[in-house]
Amino acid sequence: MAEIHLIGRAASPGLAIGPVTMLTAAVAKRTASDDPAQEAAALRAAIEGARAEIAEQIKTIQGEVADILEFQVAMLEDDALADPAYGVISEGIAADHAWRLALDVEIAGYRAAKDEYFRARAADIVDIRDRVLAHLSGVDTVPRITGGSIVAADDITPSAFLAADWSHGGAIALAAGSPSSHVAMLARARGAPMVVGLGPLSWNGQPPALALVDGDAGTVIFDPEPETRRLFEQRMAVANAAQAAADAGRLESARTAGGRRIAVLLNIAAPEDLAGLDPAICDGIGLVRTEFLFEASQGLPDEDAQYAVYRRILDWAEGRPVTIRTLDAGGDKPIAGLTIDDERNPFLGLRGIRLSLARPEVFRVQLRALCRAAVHGALKVMLPMIAVPSELDRASALLDAEFTALRAEGIACARPPLGIMVEVPAAALRAEAFGAAFYSIGSNDLTQYTMAAARDIGAVADLNDTGNPAVLALISQTVEAGRKRGVEVSLCGDAAADTRLTTALLATGLTILSVSPIAVARLKAAIAKVRS
Amino acid sequence: MHDAHASRSGETPVPLTASAVLVNKVGLHARPSVKLTQCAKGFSARIELALAADGPWTDAKSPVKVMRVKAPQGATLHFRVTGPDSKAALAAVLALVHDGFGEA
Repeated sequence: MAEIHLIGRAASPGLAIGPVTMLTAAVAKRTASDDPAQEAAALRAAIEGARAEIAEQIKTIQGEVADILEFQVAMLEDDALADPAYGVISEGIAADHAWRLALDVEIAGYRAAKDEYFRARAADIVDIRDRVLAHLSGVDTVPRITGGSIVAADDITPSAFLAADWSHGGAIALAAGSPSSHVAMLARARGAPMVVGLGPLSWNGQPPALALVDGDAGTVIFDPEPETRRLFEQRMAVANAAQAAADAGRLESARTAGGRRIAVLLNIAAPEDLAGLDPAICDGIGLVRTEFLFEASQGLPDEDAQYAVYRRILDWAEGRPVTIRTLDAGGDKPIAGLTIDDERNPFLGLRGIRLSLARPEVFRVQLRALCRAAVHGALKVMLPMIAVPSELDRASALLDAEFTALRAEGIACARPPLGIMVEVPAAALRAEAFGAAFYSIGSNDLTQYTMAAARDIGAVADLNDTGNPAVLALISQTVEAGRKRGVEVSLCGDAAADTRLTTALLATGLTILSVSPIAVARLKAAIAKVRS
Repeated sequence: MHDAHASRSGETPVPLTASAVLVNKVGLHARPSVKLTQCAKGFSARIELALAADGPWTDAKSPVKVMRVKAPQGATLHFRVTGPDSKAALAAVLALVHDGFGEA
């Protein structure tokens, strides 16, 4: 059987390998009585039982985990949660069925929330629902997870997580889920790698026996080939050794053994990624992806909504530089009503800056919001998928026009420096010819376009290597162009977080690397080992 | 950033109202909701909250109902308080919101 590569979102860092445990919802049987009063009493007792059980658990733990459980206790103590269930019971419905109906309405309400934090609470309500159902039936429905296994499921409840022993490894691979869920918080606290949003986990025939979870890159490989597994295990050995040393130095600024200061910036996909993070861990934000603003189902975001989000990120950074990338839709990131459906080869199609220039009415709104946000911090704006200088020039003219218009209207604004993402080989080869305020190397696309190999196609994935001399040569060339023109060059692709490449990347002359928040500590430790 | 105006007239108790902006990072989320409802339950006054000055009003003593409001960061929370200790109750919930529920 061929190995299966799935790409999701990283929710808790680290690498893990282990046997796969598929979690499926357990259904407990229960004999209901015909008497609504008895059913109501049974539900009341089950809720109290669940509440007492959690209260007992809280006594043995503290901190974040206790907060999560206290929330469940508060919800269970509130009659408003069960009121709809009691109403249905009085009409002759069995207690377990009534409770499930009532809680499923509540869960659906959270799943429909606009805010990811509220959506992530659905797993908590599922947990509350299942705990009470377990007490009603007298059967333990919390799924048991064997220590050291890779849990594959649609989603997982805090109870199921807490019931497992994570001290001997193990990881979580979810079809749905969220990095903002309580389970993700728990997984980060316990050091269990977790990847969410993998999409439907469906198998032809046999479910997988073994899985590799990369909680740094947000990928999972089911039933790996022996060679894939061997390479992964090598990476794990190196990562484990580095981890202990790394954690100590997260707040320190990065410096190589040779004394070179390297700026470490953050890549974020949404302001939620910054929650709970101390800005002191980084030298700024090197990449804010803005696609999330456009993914909601309620149409394209207006100027005020965008401004509020950009400003929130700048406020967080407390004066540190923040680079926001304009909409990079198309390719593997379709957006309803904006990108072209069924392009024959979307990676070579109307994506990134090409799409923005083709839809100036959408682009202008984003540029206006960015000019308004620019007064609140050190904002830089970056254009994705630039291939020729005229694209930068046209975008620059649009930015000037919006800035001038805002000023004429008396609205507080500033014109942020405009730089380009270097991810098309044509831009890397001719970087000097672009009048950009800075270059930021997008190593994922630069690698795939240079090597003509996609990283999610298993058969050619080994060709998709940023460490290939051809790709490194293009990076060197871009760094050299930046040096000649006196502008900054950074690298913000996944390669920045791949510590096997740190020495090679810094050898090109790069002094700025941008990675996801969870990779900061490890990268700083890797930089400290580089001799030059 | 709040405007509190108290008024008393005749027999019918006129509610005290005030508003405050949610400044903590995650809005009126799990932990903040629990804190708010615990604080509200310490008073005998009837305490309600809403996202708009004209409601719909939600019982601030019910975590289930407060969570249903799904108030995000930056939202303005309006409070309406009626009862004997309404002044103290309003001051307490406002202080909690201004303080970002101790986690801003």
